[in-house]
Amino acid sequence: MEKSIIIAGYGGQGVLFAGKLLSYAAIIENFNTTWIPSYGAEMRGGNANCSVKLGDDEIGSPIINKPDILITLNTQSFYHFEKNVKSGGTIFLCGDEDEIVKSRDDINYVFISLKKITKNIKQLSFLNIVALSAMIRKTGMLKIESLILALNKLIPKDKLNILTSNIEAIKLSAQIVFDNKNSKVLV
Amino acid sequence: MNDIKEKILLKGNVAIAKAAIEAGCECYFGYPITPQSEIGEYLSKAMIEENRVFIPVESELAAINMVIGAGSTGTKAMTSSSSCGIALMQEAISAMCCQQIPGVIVSVMRGGPGLGNIAPSQGDYNQACYGGGNGDYKIIVLSPSTVQESIDLTYLSFHLAFKYRCPVMLLADGILGQMMEPCEIGNYPYKNYNYDIESWALDGAKNRKARNLISLHMDLGELEKLNYELNKKNIEIEKNEIRYDKYLTDDASIIITAFGTVARVAKAAIKQAREMGIKAGLFRPITLSPFPSNELYNTINENTKVVLDIEMNLGQMLKDVRSSVFGKCDVKFTGKPGGGIINSDEILQKIIDLNNNIES
Repeated sequence: MEKSIIIAGYGGQGVLFAGKLLSYAAIIENFNTTWIPSYGAEMRGGNANCSVKLGDDEIGSPIINKPDILITLNTQSFYHFEKNVKSGGTIFLCGDEDEIVKSRDDINYVFISLKKITKNIKQLSFLNIVALSAMIRKTGMLKIESLILALNKLIPKDKLNILTSNIEAIKLSAQIVFDNKNSKVLV
Repeated sequence: MNDIKEKILLKGNVAIAKAAIEAGCECYFGYPITPQSEIGEYLSKAMIEENRVFIPVESELAAINMVIGAGSTGTKAMTSSSSCGIALMQEAISAMCCQQIPGVIVSVMRGGPGLGNIAPSQGDYNQACYGGGNGDYKIIVLSPSTVQESIDLTYLSFHLAFKYRCPVMLLADGILGQMMEPCEIGNYPYKNYNYDIESWALDGAKNRKARNLISLHMDLGELEKLNYELNKKNIEIEKNEIRYDKYLTDDASIIITAFGTVARVAKAAIKQAREMGIKAGLFRPITLSPFPSNELYNTINENTKVVLDIEMNLGQMLKDVRSSVFGKCDVKFTGKPGGGIINSDEILQKIIDLNNNIES
């Protein structure tokens, strides 16, 4: 098994951190993994992305041309990467179905409704964690407990409040119920 | 697989910096340049915490000359840079060989020529192995292909630099510098090695005659003699220190030669090719200089029809591959220059095409 995941959004939304978290959770479950940030001169406020691979075997290139899974935290990244997703792959998009125009019928679209999430979470700062844990719950790629263990490893001990908020965000994603028929996400 | 639990996730650059600390590197001199800036960034804090020397220098020229200064006293010192920064260091690297001063130079390649771009590349194989400095000199060049190997080869760089009193270059590319992978820092394995530093280092000349380490030898025949001595050392290095890796080469009809990131990408393509029944294998030099020439020659067996050299440049290692293969079989090349990245699908397609040619 080898899975490739691209996480994309605005710089500052925590896409690189979400990727690291995913990689760390993969290590906890004894998978091989690679993480690489978007390559090039990025600027603040611009788009950022990272590529994560995990698998049983050694991983060749850390660079992903056709991801199995794409997580986009903004619509700009969605349009940028939609065409690249592997046939049969899945896009997890933070937003509502009526906000975008789909251009493919050979991939799955999973919408994580922002409106519904923001009712539950005061800040949008944890959108990265909500989206990542929603992906993990939906795909069953890893255990959600590994994600929490990874958070404990990645967040410095003196920043307990950040750790608590992130864990809350993971728990929140448990309330997300997936409607499998049309891959909509209900909260 | 159980030991993976102990592993931590590190960026290649940070892993090299951490390994330098563990290896006992006392001085780091560097100037920031993408894609290796995290080495200096990490060491700017860690070296101070360890009560060691960190100097953010005004140029790469200063950095390498400070490595000479520190190395001449028998102190473990390191600098790191990328392509155009390493270009500035060439004169000093030649001097280091002449003066026989140990030091570690980390080169994380970006696109060239010129200032180029910041994309990952392997365009500095020639720069590393054949240099831009003057005179009959050779340096040791080590090429990692994983983050773990970046750590292990950083350790080896410090060891070989002091064992042979010479500069050692760790040659990585932008992908290796920027990517994160699970790895273990472990312990510096050469802690108890006796390098006999007292016999040559400039340590104050107390209770002994003064000595110097210079790169100007004007007396008749003196430089010629020194060159023979240096050559003897290079032959010794070639005898003892060649390292390489082989993967499924025993029955391979197609042997890929690749180093660094390209080698790991090629390995993934070879696995796919094997599933399709194509007998492909990989020969990966770890010491690019000295090049594992005999080892590559001996890897080619009666089944081997072609050696395919793949690099992220336009064929710099190719001449070493050709001279090693020595006409034993056909040699082909594919590569991308200037920051172009080769993916495993492209390599697999090349393998399939070559295999079709062999069979037809």
